[in-house]
Amino acid sequence: MAEAILGLSAYYHDSAAAILVDGKIIAAAQEERFTRKKHDSSFPVNAARYVLEEAGLELDSVEAVAFYDKPYLKFERLLETYHAFAPRGLKSFLLAMPVWIKEKLFMRKMLREELSEIGTGKPKILFPEHHLSHAASAFYPSPFDEAAILTVDGVGEWATTTIGHGKINKIDILRELDFPHSLGLLYSAFTYYCGFKVNSGEYKLMGLSPYGNPDSDEVKKWKRVILEELVDVREDGSFLLNMNYFDYATGLTMCNDALWKRLFGIHRRELESELTQPDMNLALAIQQVTEEILLRLAKTAKEITSSNRLVMAGGVALNCVANGKLIRRNIFEDIWIQPAAGDAGGALGAAYAAWHIGKEKNREIIPDQDSMEGAYLGPEFSSVDVVRIARKYQTPFKYYSNFDELCKYVAELLAQGKIVGWFQGRMEYGPRALGNRSILGDPRHPEMQKRLNLKIKYREGFRPFAPSVLEEDTREYFEIDFHSPYMLLVAPVQKKHRNPLPENYHHLDLFEKLYHLRSDIPAVTHVDYSARIQTVNKNTNHRFWNLINAFKQETGYGMLVNTSFNVRGEPIVCNPDDAYKCFMTTEMDCLVMEQFLFLKENQRDL
Amino acid sequence: MEFLRDLWGYFKVRKKYWLLPVIIMLLLFGALIVFTSGSAIAPFIYTIF
Repeated sequence: MAEAILGLSAYYHDSAAAILVDGKIIAAAQEERFTRKKHDSSFPVNAARYVLEEAGLELDSVEAVAFYDKPYLKFERLLETYHAFAPRGLKSFLLAMPVWIKEKLFMRKMLREELSEIGTGKPKILFPEHHLSHAASAFYPSPFDEAAILTVDGVGEWATTTIGHGKINKIDILRELDFPHSLGLLYSAFTYYCGFKVNSGEYKLMGLSPYGNPDSDEVKKWKRVILEELVDVREDGSFLLNMNYFDYATGLTMCNDALWKRLFGIHRRELESELTQPDMNLALAIQQVTEEILLRLAKTAKEITSSNRLVMAGGVALNCVANGKLIRRNIFEDIWIQPAAGDAGGALGAAYAAWHIGKEKNREIIPDQDSMEGAYLGPEFSSVDVVRIARKYQTPFKYYSNFDELCKYVAELLAQGKIVGWFQGRMEYGPRALGNRSILGDPRHPEMQKRLNLKIKYREGFRPFAPSVLEEDTREYFEIDFHSPYMLLVAPVQKKHRNPLPENYHHLDLFEKLYHLRSDIPAVTHVDYSARIQTVNKNTNHRFWNLINAFKQETGYGMLVNTSFNVRGEPIVCNPDDAYKCFMTTEMDCLVMEQFLFLKENQRDL
Repeated sequence: MEFLRDLWGYFKVRKKYWLLPVIIMLLLFGALIVFTSGSAIAPFIYTIF
């Protein structure tokens, strides 16, 4: 009989469920997609139900449930931290303890109660450590039989950064850096100070950093201040934070605003207020420090493991700007990053840890191919489901029995500057839309970035968009020798596609910089000529590849703008109903669900 | 019982016995406070949960 492990992450942020059957990933999904609550942290009851259904299993036939961290160890960290900082932190202590004493210390009981909602049976419950779960999610599905492992995030139980070594089905954690010294929390503190939300605004800070002026005295000075006052970085990449400046260990905010004001000379930016050049320069300074620390950690990982390959996970591994620089330094011959690198991916990692470490099961490795199935591990919907939605909203559509014909027509629409909602096959696992739940546009269009940000996504105008490029055409447009199937690498646009910058470029304001046409693919060229790339493989996502190829036939460019199918503040759409509602509440021009085309001009108001 | 078994397992591995009286006191006082004052609402604090 098949042996199944159900992996869960929950109660922090981004709860998720994943299932392995005989060591193979069958399904994985985040709870937020079902509940429509962004970063939903509640027990992933819907996601768990879905993955079990996808595997054709009931809960009673699951061998074990693996939860992605060890609650007692986390509680130990809390008590020791409060003890170390006492009497500071009394308020936070009084707020935190009831939750722990009433619920979290009884995690096993709590999980059993939640699982009883899903089915009968009493599977074993295992608690692999948080960073071991991240390490497992990075190494086991990678295409490597041996690799150095680097995990970096905010904090798990104690660990905030680990370096490990993976060999076939074994993982050894060799170095560990503990709370409160955390690269993820350092980055989050700057996210907070630059006026973005902690836990979700880190992408925005990263997107803002290229607007900083790298030659300015301010950036140089602030980088020096960060390294001298806030963080003491050692040669091996380990570091100590000066906790006088940070409040997160025992307080209710990330940093001490008054001290930071004295240090940087600027006030904390209020949420949603106007962005100024100093905000951008501060974003650049912390981005540069983060990159430096990551590079040193990677070098140490190389030294102590002697491996030529690196795998990464943890929230900081989603910093694709740093990842791109790491790749270009050639410290490793090959790098693989878990697409669900954040806590959602912990569900998958916990299941893998239970399988390969707990049960000591062997591992099947397919050379040059990872086991993530392109990260298309979520639910898929049939034509019948799409027709049902069309009936529900009494909306006209056109069905294409020939998919190539549909692609040709959609490519024509895209080339005319139309914006297309593209809903196909299984939903992606992780934060990126990779061509199955995507909003697409023409990268050549000079107004595309503005239109997508302001009229479709309703988000900040400065935020960049990513290109999805045919894998075989990557070198034509970008200076990169690696595949980037999960949109986790940033690389420069090829010089031949660039337009020159005006001499006073760094003195222009944010929007003048933004709307300067930097290349012949301006919608996906960031202000520093970089792009966050998704390379699309013909075999991994045949449908998406076909559409981009049809666009290439139409325009000569084998590339589309690809942004996630959602609006600001909402999770990526999951089912046809979500997709249709999102289509109707934005200024998208058409929607393609499976082989059905919906044109906005034919729709009635919702 | 499962809770006590898990707690014992934790102390056996981590050997931080000085935390035992702290945890017992917290459980006793906590139980008193929590069970007499309704639900425990989790505040959003980055590193605590």
